Amino acid sequence: MKILVTCKRVPNPEHKLKFGGGKIDLGAASWQLNTFDEYAVETALRLTEAGKGGARSGEVVALSIGPKDVQQQLRGVLAMGADRAILVGGDDATLDAWSVARVVKAVVEREKPDLVVLGKQAVDGDSNQVGQILAGLLGWPQATFLASIRLAADGKSATVTREVDAGVEEKRVRLPAVVTVDLRIIGKKAVRAEGLAGADAEWDESPRYASLKGIMAAKKKEIKDVTLAELGVDAAPTMKVTAYEAPPQRQAGVKVASVEELVAKLHNEAKVI
Amino acid sequence: MGAVLVFCESDDKGVRSSSLPALTAGAALAKASGGPLVAVVIGKGVGAAAADAAKHASRVLAYDDAKLEAPLAETWAPQLADAVKRAGASALLGTASSTGKDILPRAAALLGAGMASDITAVVAANKFKRPAYAGNAIEEVEIGGSVVVASVRQTAFPPSAGGAAGAVETVAVGAVDALGAELVALHATQKSARPDLGEAKVVVSGGRGMREGKNFKVLEELTDLLGGALGASRAAADAGMVPNELQVGQTGRVVAPQLYIAVAISGAIQHLAGMKGSKVIVAINKNPEEPIFQVADYGLVDTWEKAIPALIAEVKKLKG
Repeated sequence: MKILVTCKRVPNPEHKLKFGGGKIDLGAASWQLNTFDEYAVETALRLTEAGKGGARSGEVVALSIGPKDVQQQLRGVLAMGADRAILVGGDDATLDAWSVARVVKAVVEREKPDLVVLGKQAVDGDSNQVGQILAGLLGWPQATFLASIRLAADGKSATVTREVDAGVEEKRVRLPAVVTVDLRIIGKKAVRAEGLAGADAEWDESPRYASLKGIMAAKKKEIKDVTLAELGVDAAPTMKVTAYEAPPQRQAGVKVASVEELVAKLHNEAKVI
Repeated sequence: MGAVLVFCESDDKGVRSSSLPALTAGAALAKASGGPLVAVVIGKGVGAAAADAAKHASRVLAYDDAKLEAPLAETWAPQLADAVKRAGASALLGTASSTGKDILPRAAALLGAGMASDITAVVAANKFKRPAYAGNAIEEVEIGGSVVVASVRQTAFPPSAGGAAGAVETVAVGAVDALGAELVALHATQKSARPDLGEAKVVVSGGRGMREGKNFKVLEELTDLLGGALGASRAAADAGMVPNELQVGQTGRVVAPQLYIAVAISGAIQHLAGMKGSKVIVAINKNPEEPIFQVADYGLVDTWEKAIPALIAEVKKLKG
Protein backbone atom coordinates (compact mmCIF):
# COMPACT_ATOMS: atom_id res chain seq x y z
CA MET A 1 0.00 0.00 0.00
CA LYS A 2 1.43 3.32 -1.07
CA ILE A 3 -0.17 6.38 0.48
CA LEU A 4 0.35 10.01 -0.46
CA VAL A 5 -0.50 12.46 2.31
CA THR A 6 -0.68 16.23 1.84
CA CYS A 7 0.72 18.68 4.40
CA LYS A 8 0.18 22.41 4.60
CA ARG A 9 1.80 24.85 6.96
CA VAL A 10 -0.55 27.37 8.54
CA PRO A 11 0.03 30.35 10.84
CA ASN A 12 -0.56 29.44 14.49
CA PRO A 13 -4.34 29.74 14.80
CA GLU A 14 -4.08 30.92 18.42
CA HIS A 15 -2.23 34.09 17.41
CA LYS A 16 -4.14 37.27 16.70
CA LEU A 17 -4.17 38.35 13.05
CA LYS A 18 -2.59 41.66 12.06
CA PHE A 19 -4.43 43.63 9.39
CA GLY A 20 -2.93 46.42 7.34
CA GLY A 21 -3.95 48.01 4.04
CA GLY A 22 -6.54 45.33 3.21
CA LYS A 23 -3.99 42.59 3.82
CA ILE A 24 -3.06 40.19 6.60
CA ASP A 25 0.49 40.64 7.82
CA LEU A 26 2.02 37.19 8.31
CA GLY A 27 5.58 38.50 8.55
CA ALA A 28 5.87 37.57 12.21
CA ALA A 29 3.69 34.45 12.04
CA SER A 30 4.83 31.25 13.69
CA TRP A 31 4.07 28.37 11.36
CA GLN A 32 2.86 24.92 12.17
CA LEU A 33 1.40 21.93 10.41
CA ASN A 34 -2.33 22.24 9.76
CA THR A 35 -4.07 20.12 12.43
CA PHE A 36 -6.17 18.18 9.96
CA ASP A 37 -3.04 17.36 7.96
CA GLU A 38 -1.38 16.09 11.12
CA TYR A 39 -4.41 13.82 11.52
CA ALA A 40 -4.05 12.80 7.86
CA VAL A 41 -0.42 11.81 8.46
CA GLU A 42 -1.46 9.81 11.53
CA THR A 43 -4.17 8.09 9.45
CA ALA A 44 -1.74 7.22 6.67
CA LEU A 45 0.78 5.80 9.15
CA ARG A 46 -1.84 3.69 10.93
CA LEU A 47 -2.93 2.24 7.58
CA THR A 48 0.59 0.83 7.19
CA GLU A 49 0.85 -0.53 10.74
CA ALA A 50 -0.26 -3.69 12.53
CA GLY A 51 -1.05 -1.65 15.64
CA LYS A 52 0.67 0.82 17.94
CA GLY A 53 4.40 0.15 17.65
CA GLY A 54 3.67 -2.93 15.50
CA ALA A 55 5.14 -4.11 12.22
CA ARG A 56 4.86 -1.85 9.17
CA SER A 57 4.02 -2.63 5.60
CA GLY A 58 3.67 -0.05 2.86
CA GLU A 59 4.97 3.42 2.18
CA VAL A 60 3.83 6.86 3.28
CA VAL A 61 4.94 9.81 1.13
CA ALA A 62 4.32 13.33 2.43
CA LEU A 63 3.76 16.19 -0.02
CA SER A 64 3.81 19.92 0.59
CA ILE A 65 3.88 23.06 -1.52
CA GLY A 66 5.63 26.18 -0.32
CA PRO A 67 8.95 27.90 0.25
CA LYS A 68 12.09 26.18 1.61
CA ASP A 69 10.98 26.90 5.18
CA VAL A 70 8.30 24.22 4.87
CA GLN A 71 11.11 21.66 5.21
CA GLN A 72 10.73 22.22 8.94
CA GLN A 73 7.13 20.95 8.96
CA LEU A 74 8.04 18.10 6.60
CA ARG A 75 10.90 17.05 8.91
CA GLY A 76 8.33 16.81 11.68
CA VAL A 77 6.14 14.56 9.52
CA LEU A 78 9.16 12.36 8.67
CA ALA A 79 9.94 12.18 12.39
CA MET A 80 6.39 10.93 13.02
CA GLY A 81 7.23 8.06 10.67
CA ALA A 82 6.54 9.03 7.05
CA ASP A 83 9.07 7.41 4.72
CA ARG A 84 9.96 10.32 2.47
CA ALA A 85 8.72 13.75 1.44
CA ILE A 86 8.30 15.88 -1.64
CA LEU A 87 8.41 19.67 -1.45
CA VAL A 88 7.09 21.52 -4.46
CA GLY A 89 8.53 25.03 -4.49
CA GLY A 90 5.93 27.78 -4.65
CA ASP A 91 4.45 30.77 -2.92
CA ASP A 92 1.87 29.20 -0.63
CA ALA A 93 0.29 32.59 0.09
CA THR A 94 -1.10 32.98 -3.43
CA LEU A 95 -2.13 29.41 -4.23
CA ASP A 96 -5.81 28.53 -4.16
CA ALA A 97 -7.47 25.11 -3.93
CA TRP A 98 -7.29 24.73 -7.69
CA SER A 99 -3.55 25.37 -7.87
CA VAL A 100 -2.95 22.91 -5.05
CA ALA A 101 -5.22 20.25 -6.59
CA ARG A 102 -3.39 20.54 -9.92
CA VAL A 103 -0.01 20.14 -8.21
CA VAL A 104 -1.19 17.13 -6.19
CA LYS A 105 -2.65 15.57 -9.34
CA ALA A 106 0.70 15.90 -11.12
CA VAL A 107 2.45 14.23 -8.16
CA VAL A 108 -0.19 11.48 -8.06
CA GLU A 109 0.48 10.75 -11.72
CA ARG A 110 4.19 10.37 -10.98
CA GLU A 111 3.96 8.49 -7.71
CA LYS A 112 0.87 6.37 -8.49
CA PRO A 113 -0.30 5.94 -4.87
CA ASP A 114 -3.18 3.60 -3.94
CA LEU A 115 -4.67 6.22 -1.68
CA VAL A 116 -4.36 9.99 -1.19
CA VAL A 117 -5.13 11.18 2.35
CA LEU A 118 -5.77 14.88 3.02
CA GLY A 119 -7.00 16.92 5.96
CA LYS A 120 -10.58 18.05 5.31
CA GLN A 121 -9.58 21.69 5.35
CA ALA A 122 -6.70 24.02 6.13
CA VAL A 123 -7.50 26.19 9.13
CA ASP A 124 -6.27 29.39 7.47
CA GLY A 125 -8.14 29.45 4.16
CA ASP A 126 -10.98 27.27 5.52
CA SER A 127 -11.98 26.36 1.96
CA ASN A 128 -12.44 22.59 2.25
CA GLN A 129 -12.04 21.98 -1.52
CA VAL A 130 -8.70 20.40 -2.46
CA GLY A 131 -9.58 16.72 -1.89
CA GLN A 132 -12.85 16.97 -3.79
CA ILE A 133 -11.33 18.90 -6.72
CA LEU A 134 -8.43 16.43 -6.86
CA ALA A 135 -10.80 13.44 -6.94
CA GLY A 136 -12.85 15.13 -9.66
CA LEU A 137 -9.75 15.87 -11.77
CA LEU A 138 -8.44 12.31 -11.38
CA GLY A 139 -11.86 10.73 -11.94
CA TRP A 140 -11.35 8.80 -8.68
CA PRO A 141 -13.96 8.10 -6.02
CA GLN A 142 -13.83 10.32 -2.94
CA ALA A 143 -14.68 9.95 0.72
CA THR A 144 -14.66 13.21 2.64
CA PHE A 145 -14.74 14.16 6.35
CA LEU A 146 -13.84 10.67 7.56
CA ALA A 147 -14.50 9.53 11.10
CA SER A 148 -13.10 6.05 10.39
CA ILE A 149 -11.53 4.01 7.62
CA ARG A 150 -11.11 0.27 7.17
CA LEU A 151 -8.95 -0.92 4.33
CA ALA A 152 -10.01 -4.26 2.83
CA ALA A 153 -7.48 -7.11 3.19
CA ASP A 154 -7.08 -7.33 -0.60
CA GLY A 155 -6.19 -3.63 -0.69
CA LYS A 156 -8.78 -2.98 -3.37
CA SER A 157 -11.37 -1.00 -1.42
CA ALA A 158 -11.95 0.97 1.74
CA THR A 159 -15.07 1.22 3.90
CA VAL A 160 -15.40 4.50 5.74
CA THR A 161 -17.74 6.37 8.03
CA ARG A 162 -18.34 10.07 7.44
CA GLU A 163 -20.00 12.43 9.87
CA VAL A 164 -22.66 14.28 7.91
CA ASP A 165 -25.31 16.80 9.03
CA ALA A 166 -27.93 14.06 9.34
CA GLY A 167 -25.79 11.54 11.22
CA VAL A 168 -23.16 9.04 10.18
CA GLU A 169 -22.83 7.82 6.61
CA GLU A 170 -21.10 4.57 5.75
CA LYS A 171 -19.53 4.54 2.30
CA ARG A 172 -17.37 2.11 0.37
CA VAL A 173 -14.91 3.27 -2.28
CA ARG A 174 -12.78 1.35 -4.73
CA LEU A 175 -9.07 2.17 -4.68
CA PRO A 176 -7.31 4.22 -5.83
CA ALA A 177 -9.31 6.89 -4.05
CA VAL A 178 -9.04 10.29 -2.41
CA VAL A 179 -10.05 10.62 1.26
CA THR A 180 -10.15 13.63 3.59
CA VAL A 181 -10.16 13.25 7.36
CA ASP A 182 -12.12 14.85 10.19
CA LEU A 183 -11.42 14.93 13.94
CA ARG A 184 -12.67 11.50 14.97
CA ILE A 185 -10.19 9.74 12.70
CA ILE A 186 -7.66 9.63 15.54
CA GLY A 187 -9.94 7.48 17.70
CA LYS A 188 -8.23 4.38 19.11
CA LYS A 189 -9.81 2.02 16.61
CA ALA A 190 -10.85 4.43 13.87
CA VAL A 191 -8.21 3.35 11.35
CA ARG A 192 -7.34 -0.21 10.38
CA ALA A 193 -5.85 -2.06 7.44
CA GLU A 194 -7.44 -5.50 7.49
CA GLY A 195 -4.95 -8.26 6.83
CA LEU A 196 -2.26 -6.17 8.48
CA ALA A 197 -3.87 -5.13 11.76
CA GLY A 198 -6.14 -7.44 13.75
CA ALA A 199 -9.58 -6.42 15.00
CA ASP A 200 -8.10 -5.70 18.43
CA ALA A 201 -5.38 -3.38 17.09
CA GLU A 202 -5.49 0.10 18.58
CA TRP A 203 -3.55 3.32 18.83
CA ASP A 204 -3.46 6.33 21.13
CA GLU A 205 -6.34 8.78 21.03
CA SER A 206 -4.15 11.47 19.44
CA PRO A 207 -1.63 11.95 16.68
CA ARG A 208 1.73 10.52 17.72
CA TYR A 209 4.62 12.62 18.96
CA ALA A 210 7.92 12.20 17.21
CA SER A 211 10.25 10.04 19.31
CA LEU A 212 13.93 10.88 19.66
CA LYS A 213 14.64 7.88 17.46
CA GLY A 214 12.12 9.19 14.95
CA ILE A 215 13.74 12.63 14.93
CA MET A 216 17.19 11.11 14.35
CA ALA A 217 15.87 8.88 11.57
CA ALA A 218 14.09 11.82 9.92
CA LYS A 219 17.42 13.58 9.37
CA LYS A 220 18.44 10.83 6.98
CA LYS A 221 15.15 10.67 5.12
CA GLU A 222 14.72 12.30 1.75
CA ILE A 223 12.92 15.59 1.13
CA LYS A 224 12.89 15.89 -2.62
CA ASP A 225 12.67 19.41 -4.03
CA VAL A 226 10.55 19.64 -7.15
CA THR A 227 9.65 22.73 -9.15
CA LEU A 228 6.30 23.54 -10.72
CA ALA A 229 8.05 23.61 -14.10
CA GLU A 230 9.34 20.07 -13.58
CA LEU A 231 5.80 18.94 -12.84
CA GLY A 232 4.54 20.87 -15.85
CA VAL A 233 1.84 22.51 -13.74
CA ASP A 234 0.37 25.95 -14.16
CA ALA A 235 -0.40 26.90 -10.56
CA ALA A 236 -2.12 30.20 -11.36
CA PRO A 237 -5.04 30.56 -8.94
CA THR A 238 -8.63 31.01 -10.14
CA MET A 239 -9.61 32.67 -6.85
CA LYS A 240 -7.91 35.91 -5.88
CA VAL A 241 -8.33 37.52 -2.50
CA THR A 242 -8.84 41.20 -3.30
CA ALA A 243 -9.21 42.44 0.29
CA TYR A 244 -9.16 41.33 3.90
CA GLU A 245 -10.98 42.96 6.74
CA ALA A 246 -11.44 42.23 10.40
CA PRO A 247 -14.88 40.88 11.24
CA PRO A 248 -17.28 43.07 13.24
CA GLN A 249 -16.40 42.75 16.90
CA ARG A 250 -18.92 41.80 19.53
CA GLN A 251 -18.95 43.89 22.65
CA ALA A 252 -18.80 42.10 25.96
CA GLY A 253 -22.16 42.48 27.71
CA VAL A 254 -23.03 42.38 31.36
CA LYS A 255 -22.52 39.86 34.11
CA VAL A 256 -25.67 38.86 35.91
CA ALA A 257 -25.68 37.88 39.56
CA SER A 258 -28.24 35.11 39.49
CA VAL A 259 -30.28 32.78 37.33
CA GLU A 260 -33.38 34.83 38.19
CA GLU A 261 -31.76 37.99 36.86
CA LEU A 262 -30.62 36.16 33.73
CA VAL A 263 -34.09 34.86 32.92
CA ALA A 264 -35.64 38.27 33.62
CA LYS A 265 -33.16 39.95 31.24
CA LEU A 266 -33.67 37.34 28.52
CA HIS A 267 -37.43 37.77 28.82
CA ASN A 268 -37.85 41.51 29.33
CA GLU A 269 -34.74 43.06 27.75
CA ALA A 270 -33.57 40.70 24.98
CA LYS A 271 -37.04 39.22 24.47
CA VAL A 272 -35.66 35.90 23.33
CA ILE A 273 -37.54 33.63 25.76
CA MET B 1 -24.30 37.04 -18.23
CA GLY B 2 -25.76 33.56 -17.98
CA ALA B 3 -28.19 31.96 -15.59
CA VAL B 4 -27.58 31.34 -11.91
CA LEU B 5 -28.06 27.68 -10.99
CA VAL B 6 -28.90 26.73 -7.42
CA PHE B 7 -28.47 23.14 -6.22
CA CYS B 8 -31.45 22.36 -3.97
CA GLU B 9 -31.13 19.46 -1.57
CA SER B 10 -34.42 17.68 -1.02
CA ASP B 11 -36.31 14.89 0.67
CA ASP B 12 -39.56 13.25 -0.41
CA LYS B 13 -41.57 16.19 0.92
CA GLY B 14 -39.77 18.96 -0.94
CA VAL B 15 -36.74 21.22 -0.90
CA ARG B 16 -34.86 21.06 2.40
CA SER B 17 -35.16 24.25 4.41
CA SER B 18 -31.34 24.37 4.56
CA SER B 19 -31.35 25.08 0.80
CA LEU B 20 -33.66 28.10 1.03
CA PRO B 21 -30.86 30.55 2.00
CA ALA B 22 -28.88 29.39 -1.07
CA LEU B 23 -31.88 30.33 -3.23
CA THR B 24 -31.84 33.81 -1.65
CA ALA B 25 -28.11 34.14 -2.40
CA GLY B 26 -28.83 32.87 -5.91
CA ALA B 27 -31.49 35.53 -6.42
CA ALA B 28 -29.01 38.22 -5.30
CA LEU B 29 -26.42 36.88 -7.71
CA ALA B 30 -28.97 36.65 -10.55
CA LYS B 31 -29.77 40.31 -9.94
CA ALA B 32 -26.07 41.20 -10.02
CA SER B 33 -25.43 39.24 -13.21
CA GLY B 34 -28.72 39.94 -14.97
CA GLY B 35 -29.53 36.28 -15.64
CA PRO B 36 -32.45 34.05 -14.64
CA LEU B 37 -32.49 31.91 -11.48
CA VAL B 38 -32.63 28.17 -12.21
CA ALA B 39 -32.97 25.46 -9.55
CA VAL B 40 -31.71 21.91 -9.87
CA VAL B 41 -32.91 18.89 -7.88
CA ILE B 42 -31.30 15.46 -8.01
CA GLY B 43 -32.39 12.05 -6.71
CA LYS B 44 -34.95 9.32 -7.09
CA GLY B 45 -38.57 10.43 -7.09
CA VAL B 46 -37.88 14.16 -6.85
CA GLY B 47 -41.28 15.27 -8.24
CA ALA B 48 -42.42 16.95 -5.03
CA ALA B 49 -39.04 18.61 -4.61
CA ALA B 50 -39.08 19.93 -8.18
CA ALA B 51 -42.58 21.37 -7.69
CA ASP B 52 -41.43 22.94 -4.44
CA ALA B 53 -38.27 24.39 -6.07
CA ALA B 54 -40.45 25.95 -8.79
CA LYS B 55 -41.79 28.37 -6.14
CA HIS B 56 -38.34 29.91 -5.91
CA ALA B 57 -36.96 29.89 -9.48
CA SER B 58 -37.98 30.66 -13.03
CA ARG B 59 -36.95 27.19 -14.19
CA VAL B 60 -36.28 23.86 -12.49
CA LEU B 61 -34.12 21.05 -13.85
CA ALA B 62 -35.02 17.69 -12.28
CA TYR B 63 -32.55 14.82 -12.51
CA ASP B 64 -34.77 11.94 -11.47
CA ASP B 65 -33.30 8.46 -11.72
CA ALA B 66 -33.14 5.33 -9.56
CA LYS B 67 -29.35 5.32 -9.98
CA LEU B 68 -29.21 8.76 -8.34
CA GLU B 69 -30.98 7.71 -5.14
CA ALA B 70 -27.85 7.94 -2.94
CA PRO B 71 -26.28 11.42 -2.69
CA LEU B 72 -22.84 10.34 -3.96
CA ALA B 73 -20.42 13.02 -5.10
CA GLU B 74 -19.29 10.63 -7.84
CA THR B 75 -22.74 10.50 -9.45
CA TRP B 76 -24.28 13.83 -8.43
CA ALA B 77 -21.41 16.16 -9.38
CA PRO B 78 -21.67 15.19 -13.08
CA GLN B 79 -25.42 16.02 -13.00
CA LEU B 80 -24.62 19.48 -11.57
CA ALA B 81 -22.01 20.00 -14.30
CA ASP B 82 -24.58 18.90 -16.88
CA ALA B 83 -27.18 21.26 -15.42
CA VAL B 84 -24.77 24.21 -15.63
CA LYS B 85 -24.30 23.55 -19.35
CA ARG B 86 -27.98 22.89 -19.97
CA ALA B 87 -29.03 26.12 -18.21
CA GLY B 88 -26.21 28.12 -19.79
CA ALA B 89 -25.29 29.09 -16.25
CA SER B 90 -22.41 31.34 -15.28
CA ALA B 91 -22.76 30.45 -11.59
CA LEU B 92 -23.51 27.35 -9.52
CA LEU B 93 -24.53 27.79 -5.88
CA GLY B 94 -25.56 25.47 -3.07
CA THR B 95 -25.67 25.47 0.73
CA ALA B 96 -22.41 24.70 2.54
CA SER B 97 -24.01 21.65 4.18
CA SER B 98 -22.09 18.39 4.51
CA THR B 99 -23.59 17.37 1.14
CA GLY B 100 -22.79 20.70 -0.53
CA LYS B 101 -19.24 20.72 0.82
CA ASP B 102 -18.73 17.21 -0.54
CA ILE B 103 -20.27 17.64 -3.99
CA LEU B 104 -19.86 21.29 -5.08
CA PRO B 105 -16.03 21.32 -5.29
CA ARG B 106 -16.12 18.12 -7.33
CA ALA B 107 -18.63 19.75 -9.68
CA ALA B 108 -16.27 22.76 -9.88
CA ALA B 109 -13.48 20.38 -10.88
CA LEU B 110 -15.60 18.87 -13.66
CA LEU B 111 -16.50 22.37 -14.87
CA GLY B 112 -12.96 23.73 -14.62
CA ALA B 113 -14.49 26.47 -12.49
CA GLY B 114 -13.10 28.39 -9.52
CA MET B 115 -14.97 28.16 -6.25
CA ALA B 116 -15.58 30.29 -3.17
CA SER B 117 -16.55 28.36 -0.04
CA ASP B 118 -18.97 29.49 2.62
CA ILE B 119 -19.89 32.87 1.13
CA THR B 120 -21.62 35.36 3.42
CA ALA B 121 -22.29 38.12 0.87
CA VAL B 122 -22.59 38.63 -2.88
CA VAL B 123 -20.56 41.68 -3.92
CA ALA B 124 -20.76 41.30 -7.72
CA ALA B 125 -21.34 38.52 -10.24
CA ASN B 126 -17.92 37.00 -9.52
CA LYS B 127 -17.08 38.66 -6.20
CA PHE B 128 -18.01 37.40 -2.78
CA LYS B 129 -17.27 37.87 0.89
CA ARG B 130 -16.37 34.85 2.98
CA PRO B 131 -14.86 34.17 6.38
CA ALA B 132 -11.37 32.66 6.71
CA TYR B 133 -8.98 32.06 9.63
CA ALA B 134 -11.79 30.68 11.78
CA GLY B 135 -13.89 33.74 11.13
CA ASN B 136 -11.13 36.11 12.28
CA ALA B 137 -10.82 37.59 8.81
CA ILE B 138 -13.40 38.37 6.15
CA GLU B 139 -12.00 37.89 2.67
CA GLU B 140 -13.30 39.52 -0.46
CA VAL B 141 -12.59 37.08 -3.27
CA GLU B 142 -12.79 37.32 -7.03
CA ILE B 143 -13.28 34.19 -9.12
CA GLY B 144 -11.87 34.13 -12.65
CA GLY B 145 -13.20 32.15 -15.59
CA SER B 146 -16.60 31.89 -17.26
CA VAL B 147 -18.32 29.90 -14.51
CA VAL B 148 -18.13 30.50 -10.76
CA VAL B 149 -19.09 27.99 -8.06
CA ALA B 150 -19.89 29.00 -4.49
CA SER B 151 -21.16 27.30 -1.36
CA VAL B 152 -23.41 29.51 0.74
CA ARG B 153 -23.23 29.92 4.50
CA GLN B 154 -26.75 29.07 5.56
CA THR B 155 -26.90 31.55 8.42
CA ALA B 156 -25.79 34.52 6.31
CA PHE B 157 -28.87 34.69 4.07
CA PRO B 158 -32.57 34.57 5.00
CA PRO B 159 -34.62 31.68 3.57
CA SER B 160 -36.15 32.35 0.15
CA ALA B 161 -39.79 33.34 0.56
CA GLY B 162 -40.93 31.84 -2.75
CA GLY B 163 -43.67 33.34 -4.89
CA ALA B 164 -42.26 32.26 -8.26
CA ALA B 165 -43.89 29.75 -10.57
CA GLY B 166 -41.07 28.22 -12.56
CA ALA B 167 -41.38 25.60 -15.25
CA VAL B 168 -40.21 22.12 -14.27
CA GLU B 169 -38.18 20.24 -16.83
CA THR B 170 -37.34 16.58 -16.21
CA VAL B 171 -33.96 15.83 -17.69
CA ALA B 172 -33.22 12.49 -19.32
CA VAL B 173 -30.37 11.23 -17.16
CA GLY B 174 -27.49 9.71 -19.11
CA ALA B 175 -25.19 6.89 -18.04
CA VAL B 176 -24.42 7.02 -14.30
CA ASP B 177 -21.01 5.75 -13.19
CA ALA B 178 -20.37 5.68 -9.44
CA LEU B 179 -16.66 4.89 -10.10
CA GLY B 180 -16.81 2.03 -7.63
CA ALA B 181 -18.28 4.12 -4.80
CA GLU B 182 -21.39 3.03 -2.95
CA LEU B 183 -23.42 4.23 -0.02
CA VAL B 184 -23.55 1.35 2.46
CA ALA B 185 -25.84 2.93 5.08
CA LEU B 186 -26.90 6.16 6.71
CA HIS B 187 -27.22 6.01 10.47
CA ALA B 188 -29.30 9.01 11.47
CA THR B 189 -28.26 9.64 15.06
CA GLN B 190 -30.39 12.57 16.07
CA LYS B 191 -33.87 11.18 15.70
CA SER B 192 -35.35 13.55 18.26
CA ALA B 193 -38.04 16.06 17.49
CA ARG B 194 -35.48 18.83 17.98
CA PRO B 195 -34.92 21.33 15.17
CA ASP B 196 -31.74 21.12 13.09
CA LEU B 197 -28.77 22.98 14.60
CA GLY B 198 -28.47 25.23 11.55
CA GLU B 199 -32.09 26.37 11.80
CA ALA B 200 -32.90 26.35 15.51
CA LYS B 201 -34.01 29.61 17.17
CA VAL B 202 -32.30 28.52 20.39
CA VAL B 203 -29.08 26.54 20.73
CA VAL B 204 -27.79 25.19 24.06
CA SER B 205 -24.16 24.02 23.85
CA GLY B 206 -21.99 22.23 26.37
CA GLY B 207 -18.21 22.23 26.60
CA ARG B 208 -15.33 20.41 28.18
CA GLY B 209 -16.53 21.46 31.64
CA MET B 210 -19.50 19.09 31.29
CA ARG B 211 -16.89 16.35 31.90
CA GLU B 212 -18.86 13.39 30.56
CA GLY B 213 -21.62 12.53 28.11
CA LYS B 214 -24.24 11.67 30.71
CA ASN B 215 -24.04 15.18 32.12
CA PHE B 216 -25.50 16.47 28.84
CA LYS B 217 -28.89 15.10 30.02
CA VAL B 218 -29.55 18.26 31.99
CA LEU B 219 -28.64 20.40 28.96
CA GLU B 220 -31.04 18.34 26.86
CA GLU B 221 -33.80 19.10 29.33
CA LEU B 222 -33.10 22.84 29.04
CA THR B 223 -32.85 22.54 25.25
CA ASP B 224 -36.24 20.86 24.96
CA LEU B 225 -37.84 23.29 27.35
CA LEU B 226 -36.70 26.14 25.08
CA GLY B 227 -37.59 24.25 21.88
CA GLY B 228 -33.98 24.46 20.74
CA ALA B 229 -31.16 22.33 19.38
CA LEU B 230 -28.29 20.83 21.34
CA GLY B 231 -24.72 21.75 20.45
CA ALA B 232 -21.23 21.19 21.81
CA SER B 233 -17.73 22.57 21.65
CA ARG B 234 -14.95 20.76 19.83
CA ALA B 235 -13.43 19.78 23.18
CA ALA B 236 -16.65 18.03 24.20
CA ALA B 237 -17.03 16.36 20.80
CA ASP B 238 -13.36 15.33 20.76
CA ALA B 239 -13.73 13.78 24.19
CA GLY B 240 -16.60 11.69 22.82
CA MET B 241 -19.21 13.21 25.17
CA VAL B 242 -21.52 13.85 22.19
CA PRO B 243 -21.56 12.87 18.50
CA ASN B 244 -19.39 15.07 16.30
CA GLU B 245 -22.34 16.39 14.28
CA LEU B 246 -23.33 18.44 17.34
CA GLN B 247 -20.05 20.31 17.17
CA VAL B 248 -20.40 24.06 16.73
CA GLY B 249 -17.36 25.87 15.39
CA GLN B 250 -14.92 26.42 12.58
CA THR B 251 -14.74 22.73 11.79
CA GLY B 252 -18.29 21.88 12.78
CA ARG B 253 -21.62 23.60 12.25
CA VAL B 254 -22.05 27.35 12.02
CA VAL B 255 -25.10 28.59 13.87
CA ALA B 256 -26.75 31.97 14.31
CA PRO B 257 -29.82 31.47 16.51
CA GLN B 258 -31.80 34.14 18.36
CA LEU B 259 -30.38 32.77 21.60
CA TYR B 260 -27.14 30.84 22.12
CA ILE B 261 -26.43 29.47 25.59
CA ALA B 262 -22.82 28.37 26.08
CA VAL B 263 -22.45 26.16 29.13
CA ALA B 264 -19.03 25.25 30.55
CA ILE B 265 -17.43 26.35 27.28
CA SER B 266 -14.18 28.33 27.50
CA GLY B 267 -14.65 30.10 24.16
CA ALA B 268 -11.73 28.96 22.02
CA ILE B 269 -11.32 30.90 18.77
CA GLN B 270 -12.51 27.98 16.71
CA HIS B 271 -15.72 27.67 18.74
CA LEU B 272 -16.45 31.40 18.54
CA ALA B 273 -16.16 31.11 14.74
CA GLY B 274 -19.27 28.94 14.77
CA MET B 275 -21.55 31.03 16.97
CA LYS B 276 -20.43 34.67 16.94
CA GLY B 277 -23.30 35.54 14.61
CA SER B 278 -25.93 34.63 17.22
CA LYS B 279 -28.30 37.45 18.19
CA VAL B 280 -28.01 36.99 21.94
CA ILE B 281 -25.23 35.01 23.61
CA VAL B 282 -25.40 33.75 27.18
CA ALA B 283 -22.29 32.32 28.84
CA ILE B 284 -22.44 30.18 31.95
CA ASN B 285 -19.03 29.25 33.30
CA LYS B 286 -17.50 28.96 36.73
CA ASN B 287 -14.34 30.78 35.66
CA PRO B 288 -14.93 34.54 35.11
CA GLU B 289 -11.69 34.84 33.10
CA GLU B 290 -12.79 32.59 30.24
CA PRO B 291 -12.81 34.31 26.81
CA ILE B 292 -16.44 33.27 26.22
CA PHE B 293 -17.47 36.16 28.49
CA GLN B 294 -15.91 38.65 26.05
CA VAL B 295 -18.52 37.84 23.41
CA ALA B 296 -21.46 37.12 25.73
CA ASP B 297 -24.32 39.59 26.11
CA TYR B 298 -25.14 38.02 29.46
CA GLY B 299 -22.62 36.21 31.58
CA LEU B 300 -23.30 34.14 34.67
CA VAL B 301 -20.35 32.99 36.75
CA ASP B 302 -21.46 29.70 38.23
CA THR B 303 -21.07 25.95 37.87
CA TRP B 304 -23.39 24.21 35.46
CA GLU B 305 -24.37 21.81 38.25
CA LYS B 306 -25.97 24.71 40.13
CA ALA B 307 -26.98 27.05 37.32
CA ILE B 308 -28.69 24.71 34.85
CA PRO B 309 -31.25 23.08 37.19
CA ALA B 310 -32.04 26.56 38.56
CA LEU B 311 -32.38 27.90 35.01
CA ILE B 312 -34.73 25.06 34.09
CA ALA B 313 -36.89 25.81 37.15
CA GLU B 314 -36.94 29.53 36.38
CA VAL B 315 -37.87 29.06 32.71
CA LYS B 316 -40.63 26.65 33.74
CA LYS B 317 -41.95 29.30 36.14
CA LEU B 318 -41.91 31.85 33.32
CA LYS B 319 -43.73 29.56 30.95
CA GLY B 320 -46.26 28.78 33.66
